[in-house]
Amino acid sequence: MNSKESQNRNIIEVESLTKKFGSFTAVNSISFNVKKGEIFGFLGANGAGKTTAIKMLCGLLKPTSGQGTVAGYNIATSPEMVKRNIGYMSQRFSLYQDLKVWENFRLFGGIYGMKSRDIESVTAKMLKDLGFEKERNTVVESLPAGWKQKLAFSVAIMHNPAIVFLDEPTGGVAPEARRQFWELIYLASQKGITVFVTTHYMDEAEYCNRVTIMKDGAIEVIDTPQNLKSNYGVNSMDEVFYELAKV
Amino acid sequence: MKQFLVFVRKEFLHISRDVRTILILLLMPIVQIVLFGFALTNEVQDVKVLFISNESNETAALINHRILSSPYFIPVESQASATEAENLMKSNQVSLIVNYSRNFNETMVKEGAGQIELIADGSDPNMASAILSYSSAIIAASIKERMPASLENMGKVSLSTELLYNPQMKSSYNFVPGVMGLILMIICAMMTSISIVREKETGTMEILLVSPIRPMFIILSKSVPYFILSVINLATILLLSVYVLKVPVTGSLFWLVMVSFIFIFVSLTLGLLISSITHTQVAAMLISGLALMMPAMLLSGMIFPISNMPELLQVFTKFVPATWYILAVKKLMIQGLPLISEVTEIAAMCPMAAVFLSLSLKQFKYRLE
Repeated sequence: MNSKESQNRNIIEVESLTKKFGSFTAVNSISFNVKKGEIFGFLGANGAGKTTAIKMLCGLLKPTSGQGTVAGYNIATSPEMVKRNIGYMSQRFSLYQDLKVWENFRLFGGIYGMKSRDIESVTAKMLKDLGFEKERNTVVESLPAGWKQKLAFSVAIMHNPAIVFLDEPTGGVAPEARRQFWELIYLASQKGITVFVTTHYMDEAEYCNRVTIMKDGAIEVIDTPQNLKSNYGVNSMDEVFYELAKV
Repeated sequence: MKQFLVFVRKEFLHISRDVRTILILLLMPIVQIVLFGFALTNEVQDVKVLFISNESNETAALINHRILSSPYFIPVESQASATEAENLMKSNQVSLIVNYSRNFNETMVKEGAGQIELIADGSDPNMASAILSYSSAIIAASIKERMPASLENMGKVSLSTELLYNPQMKSSYNFVPGVMGLILMIICAMMTSISIVREKETGTMEILLVSPIRPMFIILSKSVPYFILSVINLATILLLSVYVLKVPVTGSLFWLVMVSFIFIFVSLTLGLLISSITHTQVAAMLISGLALMMPAMLLSGMIFPISNMPELLQVFTKFVPATWYILAVKKLMIQGLPLISEVTEIAAMCPMAAVFLSLSLKQFKYRLE
């Protein structure tokens, strides 16, 4: 699969992707590309169709029409291969609260088919990088929210996926912890992992390489935060969002 | 396959972290067997009996002697009159009154007829009918012995019917199959559904669905630990009932275990079905409690005989899996009937499992779409 990735600089390619539930069109013919190693912000108000779009990209939902490839695999025809090559983390931390830290690593490593030896070395390295070596045997439940979130992110990328989907990963976390979390995202991106992130926080949108804003199931804009701000003649992404909502 | 094992290990870890729940699950059958076997008994025991006889009479003396030599009765020493005796019964000092008619001995000898009035405390109808059938059986036997010709002229004394399969009237015989049905149902259906719904509630199900693990594995691995727990409980119940309650396994132990496996499977599929239609642990627990536990206790014939129910309810009991299981266990364990007699019960349970399984898989897929 590595050869496939290198042939293809776009890690996500989406063409007129549409999802209808009965007569309701949740996602209306969206098209975009995400480059390898990019931090791609996927924004939009609640109900704009973000979740449906992510579910299609992760191989959970079959598109009604349109095309899409993720990590080189067609999301409609080979969702299983897509699942194998992505990582996923949601707002709700994605870890088993009643398991110990290392048991969570072992479980998810096993689910992604990693060898026991690799699981052990990756776990040790990741805990060391986070400075959590002492927490190896701690039950996740007793850790602070910010720590759980960092651990969940590490678990989501432990199998070294081509791309990681983060669905509002910083919901309900203190500002300082959010900043630390974004440092982890940058580190992952430097290692070549593409980051696809949705967020409610417009200050976080500024950290992305490129953002897209969805509205009523369609993509309104797609550009770098810098260009968006200058196009709308405003100083922050918050105002860009506001301007878009007005239209 | 490795994924599956990884997942089964995780399920065991979840269970082992929750020591309280596992203790409850392992102790529950012991407590229920002991409670049903000893505390909630309707066996006839230590019945306080008062004899009223106005003159000395040989026949009565013989009958009294016979009654008291059975282990179930103890005498109340009192010279009370009939009215006083009823007051004693009201204050619970007497449970059975045996009142001989005037000149009982004389009429018995001369005419072969006489009257014995048996009065039992009807506030506990089951107990009362048991006491009455016991004492009248003893009386009938005594009279028959004393004057065989008079059997048909016994006045008020009625003959008790013969009791098949449970000659000692031990109520634990009835409860053991019921407890087995109840416990297996609780563990398989309730615990499986709760543990699947918990993943939905905490959001981890989302992660699992995005991961390459097959949904079928998620569900199967959930049932493995509870299947093992059920087998442990089944063994506990059988050992306790054989060695503590002295309820023998008169039929084939092998088929008893096989039929139990079928029932465990039905219960597991029911748990899956519940987990696929609920979103919170509380809802799963309530549905298991109301839709599974209540019918399993009240409609399966465990406590109330099905034949005494209104016809509509009787039809309804046919759809309760525990009804069939309890019937099969009674036949196998207590009546010692061969496998051929349990075919109906097995045939009733298998399609249930198929329907529950296909419904829950359909529901699971629907959620993925």
